[in-house]
Amino acid sequence: MFNFGIWTAEFNNWLMTFLPEWLAIVVECVIIAVLVLLTYTVLALFYILYERKLCAWFQCRLGPMRVGKWGVLQVFADMFKILVKELICLKDTDRFLFKLAPYLVITSSVVMLACLPWGRGLQIIDYNIGIFFILAVSSVGVLGILLAGWSSNNKYTLIGAMRSGAQMVSYEISLGLAIMTIIVFAGTMNINELVWQQDKAWFLFRGHIPAIIAFLIYIVAATAETNRGPFDLPEAEHELTAGYHTEYSGIHFGFFYLAEYLNLFIVSGIATLMFLGGWMPLHVPGWDGFNHAMDVIPSIVWFVLKSFFVSYIIIWFKWTFPRVRIDQMLSFEWKYLMPLSLANLILMSIFVALGWHF
Amino acid sequence: MGLLLAISNGALAVTATITGLGLVFAALLIARLISPRSFSIKKAEPYECGIPTRGESMIQFKAGYYIFAILFLIFDVETVFLYPWSVVMKGLGPQGLLCIGIFMFILILGLAYAWRKGALKWT
Repeated sequence: MFNFGIWTAEFNNWLMTFLPEWLAIVVECVIIAVLVLLTYTVLALFYILYERKLCAWFQCRLGPMRVGKWGVLQVFADMFKILVKELICLKDTDRFLFKLAPYLVITSSVVMLACLPWGRGLQIIDYNIGIFFILAVSSVGVLGILLAGWSSNNKYTLIGAMRSGAQMVSYEISLGLAIMTIIVFAGTMNINELVWQQDKAWFLFRGHIPAIIAFLIYIVAATAETNRGPFDLPEAEHELTAGYHTEYSGIHFGFFYLAEYLNLFIVSGIATLMFLGGWMPLHVPGWDGFNHAMDVIPSIVWFVLKSFFVSYIIIWFKWTFPRVRIDQMLSFEWKYLMPLSLANLILMSIFVALGWHF
Repeated sequence: MGLLLAISNGALAVTATITGLGLVFAALLIARLISPRSFSIKKAEPYECGIPTRGESMIQFKAGYYIFAILFLIFDVETVFLYPWSVVMKGLGPQGLLCIGIFMFILILGLAYAWRKGALKWT
């Protein structure tokens, strides 16, 4: 596998030859910021098209076809349209909180994006508690949604925000427990080490039964966490207009829209990291020729394709299952999913203690 | 590992945060420059049902949500306690498993109590 870290280290050395150290660090930070921004917007635009096309194909339609070849320029047109729309601030809204909410939602997803392992040597923030840091940052997004609903001074947004808050905090527990099952197995929270431990085989295969159960729990909890699929009742359009972002117009609404799609990518990225090997190619112990052939494909391609595959499953959920009611949603989490994930955690720790894994 | 640069993780996290804030700020600035602006009393009404809105909207309502928030608090603190255990679990062996089993048992009792009392029922 090619190590992208060699390029960045060489670039760093080259900068150091003619710049003082602090200035080199500032230049590097600016470059990182620009790259993160580009990745963020390109991914969000790609995901909007991805979902619209998939949705159309699931329903035997063509999807956007007019703007550009196969409608690929449709998202750019939509984003530009959103940008030129008027920003309306209604009377009696809490102006400060109303304007603060998009900042929280976008910032939390940008920071999470910067934690993901994109490839060998292509990871920006690498704390030794990396995965815990991601979960902690993801809770800030809930705050933004609650503020958006509360400050809009509208009954629909208030109900939408309350539902969204109840749903996201509930499913966060199952999400955390599913991730913790893998942490028990790996014995580390550092993202880089997690990827390297899947060198021989991915955690999904190494941890067999408990890991597969944890993967299923994670996918369900992640679907609820991103307010998608059968769990999209915070923005149930026939009862709540648009849920917590009803009163937002123009680019204000666009921020929530972008963050929603980015969160879809981020939960898929975390699923890839924890269960499907991160950027690690598919390795089968003993098949050396096969492993070498897999190593030829660059690590970043592996990560992106695996994430797109997990997102495909989550989008598939959305267009297959009908929306659940709030009592069904809450009782599913607290009566089935959370006890199951606790039991699965204990099962995994017993398996690890007895050495029943690969 | 990471990017093999001489930048601390804290500085990188701050960079990412500023990037996020900057993205929102810059996009709002552009939107403010190119978007039209007009004002009318009717447009400033909340988007509800077409008739004038009645009563306050920023109210306390539906205690059911708060019960789930309190339950979440209990179990979220539990997961925070479980994270350090899960990292060192391999080194602790059967004794660590037993201790965490007792800890989890007490919490599951709490969940069972809430369940029995009907706190998980949506009314």
